[in-house]
Amino acid sequence: MSKILEGLKYSESHEWVKVEGNVAVIGVSDYAQKEMGDITYVDLPEEGDDVLAGEEFGALESVKAASDLISPVSGTVVAVNAELEDTPEKVNEDAYAAWIIKVEMSQPSQVDALMDAAAYKAHIGE
Amino acid sequence: MSDIQIPLDQLQKTCLYDAHVALQAKMSPFAGFMMPIQYSNITQEHLAVRQHVGMFDVSHMGEIFVKGPQAEAFINYIFTNDIRGFEPGKVLYGMMCYPDGGTVDDLLVYREFLADHFLLVVNAANIDKDFAWIQEQAKAFDVKLDNASPRIGQIAVQGPEAEKTVIEVLGYKEAADLAFYTFCDVEYNGERLILSRTGYTGEDGFELYTTPENIVEIWDRLLKAGVEPCGLGCRDTLRFEAGLPLYGDELSPEISPVMAGLGMFCKYEKDFIGKEALLDQKSGNLARKLVGIELEDSAIPRAGYPVELVDGTEVGVVTTGYHSISLDKSICFALVDKAYAALDTPLWIHIRKKVFPGKVVKKRFYQTNYKK
Repeated sequence: MSKILEGLKYSESHEWVKVEGNVAVIGVSDYAQKEMGDITYVDLPEEGDDVLAGEEFGALESVKAASDLISPVSGTVVAVNAELEDTPEKVNEDAYAAWIIKVEMSQPSQVDALMDAAAYKAHIGE
Repeated sequence: MSDIQIPLDQLQKTCLYDAHVALQAKMSPFAGFMMPIQYSNITQEHLAVRQHVGMFDVSHMGEIFVKGPQAEAFINYIFTNDIRGFEPGKVLYGMMCYPDGGTVDDLLVYREFLADHFLLVVNAANIDKDFAWIQEQAKAFDVKLDNASPRIGQIAVQGPEAEKTVIEVLGYKEAADLAFYTFCDVEYNGERLILSRTGYTGEDGFELYTTPENIVEIWDRLLKAGVEPCGLGCRDTLRFEAGLPLYGDELSPEISPVMAGLGMFCKYEKDFIGKEALLDQKSGNLARKLVGIELEDSAIPRAGYPVELVDGTEVGVVTTGYHSISLDKSICFALVDKAYAALDTPLWIHIRKKVFPGKVVKKRFYQTNYKK
C-alpha cells in the first residue's frame, strides 16, 4: 500500500501539491516513487522558469526509464530543491518530504481541479 | 529493444511464469513473452550478479538443432564466424547476415559431441524469423533442422559464485573443469541437461538447457539455496556495462556486425552470406559506427536521444544508455557518423531540453571476469 497524505492535492500523473498561500509546493506521490523504483537522477528547472498546468517541467530517472514531471499548476518557479541533484534517492526515502519545486501560481483556482486524498486513493486503485 | 506490439492474450509464457508470479515479479511483455523485469529492484539484482550469484529465466531464448552430413558446411555458410576445426564441447559466438551485411540475428553455435550435430541458440524475438531464414538457406544442403525452442527451458546462473552454486546446489562437479565458452552434457532426472559456461552479464557463469519440467525444479532448488532471482531489467544493465550488444538495439537489419564493432566475429577466409558487403564496410565504406560515450554529468542518455556536435549538428543516435550501476557514470552506446567515432572525440547528447557534453570511450565499460 502506498502512503497518501491528507491535506495535499494530487494530479492524475501522480504529482502532489501543497498550497502555502499563493505558492504551490510540488513533488511526486509515494505511489509514483514505488512504481519507478530507485531514482537515480532528477532533472530540475531553473528558478524563474515559467511552468504551465499539464506541461512537463522536468523529469525523474530510474535505472530503467525517464518519467516526465508534469506541473499541476501554472506559474513561475520560485524555488527548486537542488539537494535532489546530489541525493535523488531522497524521493524514494520520503516522497512527501522531498519536494521538487515551488511555484508562484498565476491561477490558484487550478488547484481546485486536482484530486483530494480520497479521490487519489481511488485513482491508483489501492 | 524488442518492443514488438503483440496483444496481451497472445503473449507466450515460459515454463517459469508461475514461479515469477509467486515471487511477485514485475512482469512485462518482451520479445513476445511475458517476462519478469525485476523481483526486488534492478540495482540489488545487478549487484548480486557482480558480487555473488544471480539467476535468470532465459527460457524464452530459441534453440535450433542442425544435423546432417553437411551441417558444418551449412552453418559456416550462414554464420559469420568460422566453425571449422572447432571441437565438440565448444561454443562460438557470431551473427547471421543478409547479403547486404545487415544482421539477421546474433547467436551461439554449439558443436555437439555427436558428429555432425550442432545447436544454435538465437534471440527470442527472432525465433520464427531465424528459423524461416535458416530453412530457406538450407534447401541446397543435406541437413535436418529442428526448432526445439518450445521443448527446452533455460536458466542462466551468473556471478563469481556461479561455479560454487552449480557444484554445491546441483551437484555438477563437471562445472569446475569447463572453460568459458565450453559445455558438457549431464543428466537431470534422467534427461539431458546442457551445462554451458556462457552468459550475457560480463561475469563468469553458466547457462543450463533442459526440459521445462526440469527447469522448474532447478529454479526452485536454486531459489531455496538463496540464489537471487534476477529479471530482464538487470540483464540489460549487466550486458550493457560488459559491452555486449542487444539485437534490436545494437544489431539489426540496418546495423551490420562491422558497424557494431563486432568484426572480430566475422571470418573472411571462408564464404558466408553477407561476406562481400561486410568486407566492403570493413575497408571503410560505411556511414556509421557504434561507439561508447561517457558523459560528464549524471543525466541519463536513453535510446533514441540525438548525438550532436557542439554547434547542434546531429551526427548520431543513442542505442542503449544508463547511469551505470557498477561504475556510477552515465554512459551509452551510440551509432554515430564514422568521422566522429575515434576515441576521445567530444560529442554532446541532447537529453530533453538540455545538451550534455561527453566523449567517445571504449564500449567495454566494465572489466569482465570470465573463467579462462
